[in-house]
Amino acid sequence: MLYRSASDRLLDTVNIVLLVWIAGMMFFPFLYIFSVSFSSMRDYLEHDFLLWPKTWVTDAYQYILGNNRFVRSVFVSLFIAAAGTLLNLLFTTTMAYGLSRPFFGQRTMIFMVLFTFLFSPGIIPTYLIVKETGLIDSLWSLIIPVLISPWNMIVMRQFFRNIPEELTEAATMDGANPITVFTRVILPLSKPALATFGLFYAVAHWNSYFSGLLYINNPSNWPIQVLLRQIVIVNDNTALLEQQGFVEAPPAETIQMAAILLATVPILVVYPFLQKHFAKGVMLGSVKG
Amino acid sequence: MLKSAISPAVQPNRWIRIRKKVWKSRYMYLFVLPGLLYFLIYKYLPLLGSIIAFKDYSVFRGFQNSPWVGLKHFERIFDNPEVVQVLVNTLVLSFLQIAFAFPAPILLALMLNEVRLEWVKRIIQSVVYLPHFLSWVVVVGVVTIFLRGEGLVNNLLGLWFGIESIPFLQMPGLFKPLLVLEVIWKETGWSTIIFLAALAGVNPELYEAAVADGAGRLRRIWHITLPAIRSTVVILLILRLGSVLDNGFEQVFLMLNPYVMDVGNVLDTYVYYKGIEQSDFSFATAVGLFKSVVGLILVIAANHLAKRFGEDGIY
Repeated sequence: MLYRSASDRLLDTVNIVLLVWIAGMMFFPFLYIFSVSFSSMRDYLEHDFLLWPKTWVTDAYQYILGNNRFVRSVFVSLFIAAAGTLLNLLFTTTMAYGLSRPFFGQRTMIFMVLFTFLFSPGIIPTYLIVKETGLIDSLWSLIIPVLISPWNMIVMRQFFRNIPEELTEAATMDGANPITVFTRVILPLSKPALATFGLFYAVAHWNSYFSGLLYINNPSNWPIQVLLRQIVIVNDNTALLEQQGFVEAPPAETIQMAAILLATVPILVVYPFLQKHFAKGVMLGSVKG
Repeated sequence: MLKSAISPAVQPNRWIRIRKKVWKSRYMYLFVLPGLLYFLIYKYLPLLGSIIAFKDYSVFRGFQNSPWVGLKHFERIFDNPEVVQVLVNTLVLSFLQIAFAFPAPILLALMLNEVRLEWVKRIIQSVVYLPHFLSWVVVVGVVTIFLRGEGLVNNLLGLWFGIESIPFLQMPGLFKPLLVLEVIWKETGWSTIIFLAALAGVNPELYEAAVADGAGRLRRIWHITLPAIRSTVVILLILRLGSVLDNGFEQVFLMLNPYVMDVGNVLDTYVYYKGIEQSDFSFATAVGLFKSVVGLILVIAANHLAKRFGEDGIY
């Protein structure tokens, strides 16, 4: 243990206080929104600063969870996240594995992938291709145009390259063809990588709004983030109109805050799992090869 | 001459060799094929589609039958004062991000690195990483709720100082600072990861030697900790300079409203409004292409610069 002088201790204290304050700044908005979303209209109007609900009221949540549009959007996003992530992993791992072993033309293909980092065609030609391939207004438009993240694929490839060749050779000796080797040897060894990138992909799907805005014209097929933008940022209450069983709707503010929290809950649920993996996943990317 | 003279004899041989090689790795091609198709259709076909920047594209005529117009749309870029304004907005916003949002994670990483209690460090890290995983809709939504006319900030200002409600989100002067603050809030924690990793690689003996030499805490930070992340900082900064034309489309788009359009419209959002909303596809594609070409040149130049500084570069 290093010797700690008085100035050292002062420095430590100031440092910790500042860090706790920063963490508080990150956390505070959610505490406030959480509190208001569970507060009654009267408490909200009477107290300008609610850091904890005075009386717990779930009106806003009942209202929004009883709303067909909102619930449908949640399911759209859940479907995109589930189906999309599955396909993401399938396409990413197969391509990454294919590119992890040398073969004729492999270098060209890797260059093709890397080139997409440097030069992007821009949103208009991409939009037109999505349109030409008939995906407009279909939920597939939110999955197929983002099947592979080039970055994740390159990192995954690096991961596969680090798996010792002997394992593959041993399995091949036992009569396994490359597809069996992939499914029986490589994939089981890659569970941590699959979990990491699966979670990254799932979060990206859940959070994406721009492709929804661009490709989905029918509001009842909007992913949750697009609807959330409409409710909170555009402040369009008609987005949530049709509602049965409520004589008087809860205040728009509490509804908006409840909507924000509900759209964040899935992230908060996967975050602990994510956190276990992501530092490793991010670092894998910085390894050159 | 010589080459063409011998090639007829060599070529069949060569083809057979290639065919043999291809057949030997047939499974690898099978693995790569689906992904390759994806890249061809959704990454490279749009590149090919960019030729509409040189045409008067109409949806009814399609890619092939629209008439060629040469550089007409590119000329439109340069004699359009609107584009100049948009370009200025783009650059100013990027430089504000580099000046304020770029150093923030370095500072935070240095602070976290000084925390000795492992569990305290871990808790703080968990909290500061979290905002990265929230969507921009949620982040901008929270900002909207706090800053709008009847929002928390205005309520408190009214309560404490008797100030009338201020329309923060419609004030052109606040647009760019707000964007920078949002980026700092959302990404600072996450960006510390790479600096913390660089710091984790520092040999502890260096610190012990410095203590033995009588170096205080700040001297150790200055002479050991900072040099340890110097190369990471340099390369990230240079690469960031290479993408000054990218402002983070999603965030800017969410923050835009008619009041702040003059100061807030950047290249990406301009392309969106021109192309998707006004269906001026060819012009929007030309602007996008211009942006991509300049971006490519900047990234290549930045990479060269990184190598000049004795760093690895990205490729």
